Amino acid sequence: MNKYRKIDYYTIFEALTPLIAVFFALLVGAIVIVLVGEDPLNVYKILFSNAISNRDGWGNVLFRATPLIFTGMAVAFAFRCGLFNIGGEGQVYVGAFLATWVGFTFTNLPSFILIPLCIFSAAAGGAFWAAVPGMLKAKTGVHEVIVTIMMNWIAFSLTFFLVLKYKAAATPDMVAAGVKQMIPHTEEIAQAARLPRLYTILKSMNIDFPSHNQINVSFFIAIGIAILAYYILWKTNLGYEIRAVGYNPLAAEYGGINVAKNIILAMVISGAFAGLVATNEVMGFKYRWRQELFTNLGFNGIAVALLGKNHPFGVVLAAILFGILNYGGAIVNIFTEGRIPREIIMVLQAVIVIFVVISDEIVKRFIRKRRKLA
Amino acid sequence: MLGDIFNAEFIASSIRVAVPLALAGLGGTFSERSGVVNIGLEGIMLTGAFTSIAITNFFQNPWLGVLAAILVGILLGLIHAITSITFKANQIVSGVAINLFASGITIFLCWLLFNETQIMAKSSLPTWGLAIPNPGETSNWIRNMIIIFLHHSPLLYLTILIFILSHLVIFKTPFGLRLRSVGEYPQAADTMGVNITKIRYTAVLISGALAGLAGSFLSLEQAHFFVKEISGGRGFIALAAMIFGKWTPFGTAGAALLFGFGEALAMRLQGILAIPVQFINMFPYVLAILILVSTIGRAIPPAASGVPYEKESS
Repeated sequence: MNKYRKIDYYTIFEALTPLIAVFFALLVGAIVIVLVGEDPLNVYKILFSNAISNRDGWGNVLFRATPLIFTGMAVAFAFRCGLFNIGGEGQVYVGAFLATWVGFTFTNLPSFILIPLCIFSAAAGGAFWAAVPGMLKAKTGVHEVIVTIMMNWIAFSLTFFLVLKYKAAATPDMVAAGVKQMIPHTEEIAQAARLPRLYTILKSMNIDFPSHNQINVSFFIAIGIAILAYYILWKTNLGYEIRAVGYNPLAAEYGGINVAKNIILAMVISGAFAGLVATNEVMGFKYRWRQELFTNLGFNGIAVALLGKNHPFGVVLAAILFGILNYGGAIVNIFTEGRIPREIIMVLQAVIVIFVVISDEIVKRFIRKRRKLA
Repeated sequence: MLGDIFNAEFIASSIRVAVPLALAGLGGTFSERSGVVNIGLEGIMLTGAFTSIAITNFFQNPWLGVLAAILVGILLGLIHAITSITFKANQIVSGVAINLFASGITIFLCWLLFNETQIMAKSSLPTWGLAIPNPGETSNWIRNMIIIFLHHSPLLYLTILIFILSHLVIFKTPFGLRLRSVGEYPQAADTMGVNITKIRYTAVLISGALAGLAGSFLSLEQAHFFVKEISGGRGFIALAAMIFGKWTPFGTAGAALLFGFGEALAMRLQGILAIPVQFINMFPYVLAILILVSTIGRAIPPAASGVPYEKESS
């Protein structure tokens, strides 16, 4: 009895290692802030209090967390099959472009057809882009990491070509702001393709919420995806097979599981999750394809998945933490009049990643040693 | 028209474009030969590019800028080595973290130190070699040879030297033999008394230094400025060059020259050719995938590349 309790205690300890990593990363951040000549406690107070003390802050945080839930789930899902999908970046580009194209091309469709069609296109674009490395891995054994890296940059060039082809004129705001070198963007998607902002829903329920807040229905799609991933992985045969391949492909094969099929399926589902980023950035926010909307979302998804221990619940929490850091970082930038540039958050996120993998290893060694002693 | 495009200046500029790709690709070669995947090359290049401009402007000395870029590259390489060799963490994750870190820290420091995201170089390295003669002064052939081979940054000659040395080190020295064996079959190397940790650390630090140098060439010698995300995927093209060059120095250099030629061509042909420039930009990446899956002349990575070494004990 006693022995089993001890193992439980270790499991909890192992699950909590990301917190240790976050703590140490914030400590490193504090050192940087001191070096810049600011008071770290004050900076962190501004960062966290503005992000989570009111509805507007929470809205902004969840809006920023939404794309990271998609890309984080993409990485986590593939990882359960033993695959490292670092192609989220490219899958996001392609899925988002396809969704945008559908959104500004089929403008006379009604909302109840166009919205599902756009969502489907986003997922299909991402899935297609991930299917290529999946198939190459399954059929020829080429490592998915190198193929997804190359696919990212192919997507980068391809979508850049496409955005120039479908380039739209600068908006009146941009002209007024005197933007000379315009970053190319597409036409806006049809009104019928847009996802409602949360404030319109809350207003109809007579709940007070600022109308400038960009959080939209996509957040609920993201939560739905996390639940769906949990369901697939732990409640279906497909999920069982995918996890079996992830644990030990040779044993899975011996057990009669089609490894190649599961690798391809896991990549396709993973890519579809990544592609759905378009629901937030395009259908719920800018209504057009603009490259800067998607920069580093795929890579940050890796950080989110790691921090969330590749579990849907953990991924959502980690994405929210990153949402807090991103939004809080922007606020700090304004409050300190640029003395703490917002890019400090990118540095913090990278440091979190390094500490998560290091503390994971230390804890694993510690537990192994203790178990051996016991 | 072809003569206007493929002249000596064009070939010389292709070579210059190829240098950062070749250096970073060589870094990747060292690292992967020892069994450590380094996709942080992109971030190390970016940080090196920033450091060399910042230090050059600070001390008004471009040589110090180059040196600083190499040192920063070694430092980032050390972080990668500690996480992926000592702590046996996933090498891809560590590389991704280095790339994110580099994107953040370079812009952070840009704002903090210069208050803008584009910094011009206040001084640059001299050009070594012969002066380009005026047309008609010498024969065209001699003039072209001087343009192509003997009128460059000192770093370019250094790069050629580094490549020859690397080839000798990897294939003709005991260290090279150990390096390759550690990347192919570390268990056997360990049995023979090779210190795997030491070899892998050395290789990863070399790769950091080379990527840092690549970055300094990019900003100091090619662009003459630093701008946010100046590396723009060159670290990954370098990986493609490494794969296409089948993890050998000369192969990598050849692939880098090919990709450099493509990039220079893309710049030249903007608006002239029917093929959009973006498709030329895709070329290295598509080629890397093709060579990995092709049945003839297939590229096969070092067997233990990407796998942390666990000593079989107790």
